[in-house]
Amino acid sequence: MKILKDGVKAPVTFSLNGEDIEGYAEPRTLLSDFLRHELGASGTHVACEHGVCGACTVSVDGKAVRSCLMLAAQAEGKDVQTIEGLSKGDEDFGDLQEAFHQRFALQCGFCTPGMLMTLASLKGTGRSYSEAEIRDALSGNICRCTGYREIVDAALDVLGDQVKA
Amino acid sequence: MKPAPFDLCLAESVADVTAALAEHGEAARILAGGQSLMAMLNMRLTEPQLVIDISGIPDLDRIEVGKDGITVGALVRQAELAAHEEAMAALPIIAEALTHVGHMQTRNRGTVCGSLAHADPSAELPLLLLLLGGHVTLASARGTRQVAASDFLVGMLSTARAPDEMVTHAHFPLPPKGARSGFREISRRHGDFAIVALGCIAQGNSVRLGIGGVADAPVAVDLGDVTPETLPEALNALAWRLGGYDDIHATARYRRELIRRIGRDLILETIA
Ligand SMILES: Cc1cc2nc3c(=O)[nH]c(=O)nc-3n(C[C@H](O)[C@H](O)[C@H](O)COP(=O)(O)OP(=O)(O)OC[C@H]3O[C@@H](n4cnc5c(N)ncnc54)[C@H](O)[C@@H]3O)c2cc1C
Ligand code: FES
Ligand code: FES
Repeated sequence: MKILKDGVKAPVTFSLNGEDIEGYAEPRTLLSDFLRHELGASGTHVACEHGVCGACTVSVDGKAVRSCLMLAAQAEGKDVQTIEGLSKGDEDFGDLQEAFHQRFALQCGFCTPGMLMTLASLKGTGRSYSEAEIRDALSGNICRCTGYREIVDAALDVLGDQVKA
Repeated sequence: MKPAPFDLCLAESVADVTAALAEHGEAARILAGGQSLMAMLNMRLTEPQLVIDISGIPDLDRIEVGKDGITVGALVRQAELAAHEEAMAALPIIAEALTHVGHMQTRNRGTVCGSLAHADPSAELPLLLLLLGGHVTLASARGTRQVAASDFLVGMLSTARAPDEMVTHAHFPLPPKGARSGFREISRRHGDFAIVALGCIAQGNSVRLGIGGVADAPVAVDLGDVTPETLPEALNALAWRLGGYDDIHATARYRRELIRRIGRDLILETIA
């Protein structure tokens, strides 16, 4: 049994978008803050910090989760994917981002990283999703701009007829 | 907001947890899926000195489907139970209820036992444990004990768990053979906490109804044999007995009305 002392920064190592990283975190450091402040991966957004808005959604071991409701220390040894992992660069979008671009699925863009990470976790299963299933998954992500229609359309473009289950 | 400072214990066994709880008591908090506790820490609604992360304990992630019911360990995530075909075929009422427990992203981390230990009055899983007559297993340095849901769920966010105890397992019994079940919930948006949640088990016309979100803990009552004629009065009496509470989501009066209307629909559909 290991005890990490309050106020003391301890090393945390995990795989971030396929690359092994190391940083230092206090026991109370949230995974969202660790990504943004310690690793400089500020694509993950933070708003409510109590699990309601979904802006901070990342993928841990293939599952979409709230990074504001996880301690950095709990990511030790895990496979963490963030929005930075979805495309190779500014000119080379992944298909979900391309669909968002085509469908005008973002306005201010604050919710977008979380939306995309939720959808990326669906894409990871390799199966097709109905509009109802997509809406159910996106109910965990709040957008204050778009009204969701364009987001759902973009998601359907990519997930509507993926390889069948 | 950010949590107040705390020490973090990465437990590797149930004995680690019970030893730490025996030493620190109420100054310690178990961290399971974190979908309630992390929010409370971030908002500084609780400031424990020690947080005990149980996610590294082996063998607590098992789902066992037996003849008499299903047993889940303390690390079984809500999404894992929902994806367990054999368990969900045995207890379809849990499959239905789980779709209402938060969102896919919170079910990926939130545990079944964490929801029971948290005991939110509108939570679906404590309601089902009570409706089905289940129990939890509690472990402490003093030993282990089983506590029936009716004794465990004592009130708003409070349970019969002693400060030095950990929930290691929960057992959901199967309803009697041939019984039918149904679940219905009203919330502002799908995935929000329930304003009123209702579960029903019927053997013929004999009905057991569970109600969450109205009293300060879930309630289950045997209504006996019901008919479309006797049901409204039985539900009305029940609604007045439970009273309900006003909060920002709904008035007590609205909650009572949901028992009368949704309760009637659910029961009539289940016994039909
Ligand atoms: C946006 C959002 C929506 C939600 N909607 C719903 C909903 O509609 N319905 C619903 O029921 N829940 C909802 N939840 C809460 C969710 O279900 C939580 O998963 C659950 O309440 C707690 O489980 P957990 O494993 O996350 O526990 P934690 O958050 O880790 O712990 C919760 C509490 O239980 C204690 N605890 C946890 N495990 C144990 C154990 N094994 N032994 C003793 N004590 C323990 C902790 O010390 C803490 O006090 C929602 C959460 C979010 C963020
Ligand atoms: S910032 Fe994590 S859910 Fe809102
Ligand atoms: S695009 Fe502004 S919040 Fe979604």
